[in-house]
Amino acid sequence: MIPGEFEYHAPSTVEDAVSLLDTLGDEAKVLAGGHSLVPAMRFRLAQPRHLVDINRIAGLSYVREEDGHLVIGALTRESELEHSSLVAGRYPLLADAGRVIADPLVRNRGTVGGNLAHADPANDHPAVMLAYGATLVARGPGGERVIPVDDFFVGLFESALKPNELLVEIRIPSPGAGSGGAYRKLERKVGDYAISAAAVQLTMDGSMCTAARIALTNVSPVPMRANAAEAEILGEEPTEDAIEAAGRAAAAECDPSADLRGSEEYKRDITRVLVKRAIRAAVTRAQGGA
Amino acid sequence: MSSRHGITVTVNGAQVTREVDARTLLVHFLREDLSLTGTHIGCDTTSCGACTVHLDGVAVKSCTVFAVQADGANVDTVEGLADGATLHPLQEGFWEKHGLQCGYCTPGMLMAAKELLARNPDPTEEEIRFGISGNLCRCTGYNKIVEAIQYAAQKLREAGEEAHA
Ligand SMILES: Cc1cc2nc3c(=O)[nH]c(=O)nc-3n(C[C@H](O)[C@H](O)[C@H](O)COP(=O)(O)OP(=O)(O)OC[C@H]3O[C@@H](n4cnc5c(N)ncnc54)[C@H](O)[C@@H]3O)c2cc1C
Ligand code: FES
Ligand code: FES
Repeated sequence: MIPGEFEYHAPSTVEDAVSLLDTLGDEAKVLAGGHSLVPAMRFRLAQPRHLVDINRIAGLSYVREEDGHLVIGALTRESELEHSSLVAGRYPLLADAGRVIADPLVRNRGTVGGNLAHADPANDHPAVMLAYGATLVARGPGGERVIPVDDFFVGLFESALKPNELLVEIRIPSPGAGSGGAYRKLERKVGDYAISAAAVQLTMDGSMCTAARIALTNVSPVPMRANAAEAEILGEEPTEDAIEAAGRAAAAECDPSADLRGSEEYKRDITRVLVKRAIRAAVTRAQGGA
Repeated sequence: MSSRHGITVTVNGAQVTREVDARTLLVHFLREDLSLTGTHIGCDTTSCGACTVHLDGVAVKSCTVFAVQADGANVDTVEGLADGATLHPLQEGFWEKHGLQCGYCTPGMLMAAKELLARNPDPTEEEIRFGISGNLCRCTGYNKIVEAIQYAAQKLREAGEEAHA
């Protein structure tokens, strides 16, 4: 199937892109990697009148550490994260997710910014960024706006970005001493979206868990944090009992719907198991294990 | 109305200039405008990888890129792999190791494998399987494809060693 008709624009600067978006209003969509948007257009699930292609804008693709953060340009391809030694060495939660997003060919094209801006609860980066407590930087006609990730996902396929704003950067706080993270995903086959997945980022002080953020993929209409699960281990020793309690809390607070990937009951139970596995892996890493 | 765009693309080393609709997908441009039908279309959902080509050296699913986005770029397809009558080591590997049955997935497999070996000239079996996980084959069960890529990897490494000897 061929997408519907549209007008194509290829600005070469962020300013030009923003001014195009401002003029064209909600008739326009940003085209990044195109690996969510083009399939949606082929099925007529999206029919934008204008596409603003940001691939010709220089300087939107980078991964580096700066001021206590890992900063990622919105146009950075998934494969660049996957092959980054900085990410592999210091950001295991992000590195885990980077290997299980779609397949290598999709990752060559799909961008981190697009993965988040799409606000698809089935995508993996929303939960990852929720667990890291990332911030997202948007550019609009009025300048820059910094959006905490907790405020970014507003509805199904709906982010806090305004139609005339471009997501330009993602900032992940660099993990301090004693912290560890992990992503655990169950998929039907390689390249598929998650049946469920759990992202965990925590800090250990001796045997105590002093900070914890947990988020879930594809078990709610809007990417969600598992607050009740976090509460089960925060300020506690993450014993097997506490980890089981966290898994049960996540299973109870998520809101999956039955579909081809499984029944609601199945997805809740898988969520329990994945949360437990991710917490165990994160604790091991926080304590210096692999 | 779809906007129309003049594009100039270097396809397998030769420059071509054409006018395309904004909504023309790269795979249709290659197959229908340039008659390069080696690149296949196996799905509607960006899942199968039969359409894999290199866009500026990066393996992509050409069913999910617009032709206009390739303006000014290099596009390499399966037709550019052989050197005249001499098969590329990957093609030779697929021939020698029976890496295909119906052949529908083969052009995409070859192009994905080419990128894999450029990144990692000596991959393990697991790394090969991971590297071609964006390409679906309904016939072979993959074992023969893995062997074909191992064959090519060895041949390319030997050629590299000779060049440096
Ligand atoms: C077969 C297949 C399997 C997949 N499996 C997974 C998976 O397992 N996990 C997963 O996470 N994803 C998966 N994906 C989705 C893929 O990762 C997409 O690339 C990603 O969701 C969107 O990124 P993109 O750069 O391609 O964005 P696009 O498709 O270009 O854009 C997506 C949306 O975000 C908007 N947008 C993009 N960039 C910006 C920006 N900078 N500012 C403002 N708005 C912007 C666009 O307007 C559009 O609405 C899969 C895709 C395919 C085709
Ligand atoms: S035709 Fe199936 S991925 Fe492109
Ligand atoms: S050989 Fe038939 S699909 Fe792979």
